[in-house]
Amino acid sequence: MPARAARVTHSRRPLSFLDCIPPLILTLVLTLGLGAPRSARGQDSLVVAAAVVAAPAPAPAGGVKAIDVPNDRGDAIEVTWTPAPQKSAGDGIVTAYLLERAPAVEGPWTRVDSVGAGTHKKTDTVKSDTPYVYRVTALGAGGAAAPVVSEPVEACAQWFNTGRVSVLLAMLLFFGLVILFTLRAQAGEKLFIRRIAGIDAIEEAIGRATEMGRSVLYVPGINDIDDIQTMASLNILESVAKVTAKYETPIVVPCNYPVVMTLAQEMVKNGYVAAGRADGYDPNSVRYVTTEQFAYVAAITGIMLRDKPAANIYLGSFYAESLLLAETGFSTGAIQIAGTAQVAQLPFFVVACDYTLIGEELYAAGAYLTREPRLLGSLKGSDYMKVALIAAIVVGCVLETIGMTSFKHFFASQ
Amino acid sequence: MMNLLPVVLTAIVGIVVILSFFVPHPYIAEPAQKLQDWAIVIVASGYVLGAANVYKVNGESAIKRQKDWVYKWILLGSMTGMMVVGFFFSGGTQFLNEGSPFKWGYDFLYVPMQATMFSLLAFFIASAAFRAFRIRTVDAALLAVAALVVMIGRVPLGNLFTAAFPEPIQLPTMANWLLEWPQNAAKRGIAIGAGLGVMATGLRIILGIERSHMREEA
Repeated sequence: MPARAARVTHSRRPLSFLDCIPPLILTLVLTLGLGAPRSARGQDSLVVAAAVVAAPAPAPAGGVKAIDVPNDRGDAIEVTWTPAPQKSAGDGIVTAYLLERAPAVEGPWTRVDSVGAGTHKKTDTVKSDTPYVYRVTALGAGGAAAPVVSEPVEACAQWFNTGRVSVLLAMLLFFGLVILFTLRAQAGEKLFIRRIAGIDAIEEAIGRATEMGRSVLYVPGINDIDDIQTMASLNILESVAKVTAKYETPIVVPCNYPVVMTLAQEMVKNGYVAAGRADGYDPNSVRYVTTEQFAYVAAITGIMLRDKPAANIYLGSFYAESLLLAETGFSTGAIQIAGTAQVAQLPFFVVACDYTLIGEELYAAGAYLTREPRLLGSLKGSDYMKVALIAAIVVGCVLETIGMTSFKHFFASQ
Repeated sequence: MMNLLPVVLTAIVGIVVILSFFVPHPYIAEPAQKLQDWAIVIVASGYVLGAANVYKVNGESAIKRQKDWVYKWILLGSMTGMMVVGFFFSGGTQFLNEGSPFKWGYDFLYVPMQATMFSLLAFFIASAAFRAFRIRTVDAALLAVAALVVMIGRVPLGNLFTAAFPEPIQLPTMANWLLEWPQNAAKRGIAIGAGLGVMATGLRIILGIERSHMREEA
């Protein structure tokens, strides 16, 4: 302990000669030196050594506050404190803080955690609607300071996350716009939707496959059904299957999740039924392959190289396999149409495919293909929301430039 | 009624999960979490369907000796072999532990094959880049120049070439500018559009406007 005390002390105070001598050597020198008789010399020197190396206890931590963590489910309390002051060179150095909790000031106290001297905040997980008090004890080489106790606090569950007001308002505006335009479309209003070349090319690609007597390969991405891109892809699949059914062209849909497979089977079947060719539906055309990413790639590239489909359609969520698939498809001479909202994969598809649906076009494709008024209404609502967002971005840029930051902070969600 | 039930269920589940984003109270957060747990269970149980489908689709072709029947037998044999090893010879629930035969098969058969597939990407990137950087239009020329600046600017050679120039026209500075400003702006534009698309699609499904995935055409 004396050795540790001396080490801690001389790390913060101005160095003196004695501080620089390791405590054991110091003790040895004081014990053996000075020319006094051995018995008396030993006792005196130990007293001096103790006076030199023993560090005092640190000052208590200050400003201990315990507050209910805002915008949570009522299971967390945040305790903060200020560093124990070191008013004079004689005060001990804090090496750690001990945090304890109790239902009341009288105890019993439960240790929550001990944290390093540089930490002055701790979030504790607690029971909801139960009062707690916290105490923080500064610890040092010279011992523990007097603990400092917080006011009682309870963790309460909140009914609304106030850090997400901006998101709620934007969502309500967006939903309002979508519902408004959906109602207007249902009322018979003609809505203009710009041409999307990639979607228009789907029928052309299927027609080409029909002329060549080859199949169409449809890849619905590599994510499960909980990814909205997969849902969007499956909605497009029905329209694609309808066209393949009309042209009596085989379609192959390899899936990498079983739930996606079952839904894809339904969509393809619906497409064939809608085209009036229910008997042409082949249940084996939609198949589960594997959930493993590169095994899935191997299976699809194998299909491409062996069966040589004339049209490859990749719509959904893709990762590293995007270029492996698209380049293999390119090497077989197929018409390729891709679409994804994975921004990092778009350049690969743009390079290797004939047409690429970029981001939102993937979500618009279902409505674009079916031309159902209610779906088109939602597209129009999205467009107006984009206008609102662009306006917000411009206003935000102007306000930031002139030094008004409140607009930006309003949009910062937690 | 049979058509309405899935729509109502979808709407309820969707609204609860959306509400949980804004309402942290356990009365909403816990049911929402429970629903997401159920989704995991449903997805997991779907693997039985997946395995059955693999056996059905490939088994028929293999038995009838249709095109590529040899590959089908290899697939079915590998799959069955791994399942048998995993279920019966790998310590039951400890099948993923180090040293189990199942883990050995995964680590020393599957992982190298996966790495082989992934490594092909390097060659595909080269061939795709070759096509992408052919200058045929003004757009393609801009793309090629930008790509050249970024590629050379990201390697020490780029620094060496332009170290004597003022900093704003050094290749690493230009490469970073391209990545941080024009590229980021375009990426964020696409991300905002895609985000709205996600919300619109979600809303269409929750409101039952988009329900082709849950109907049978008569």
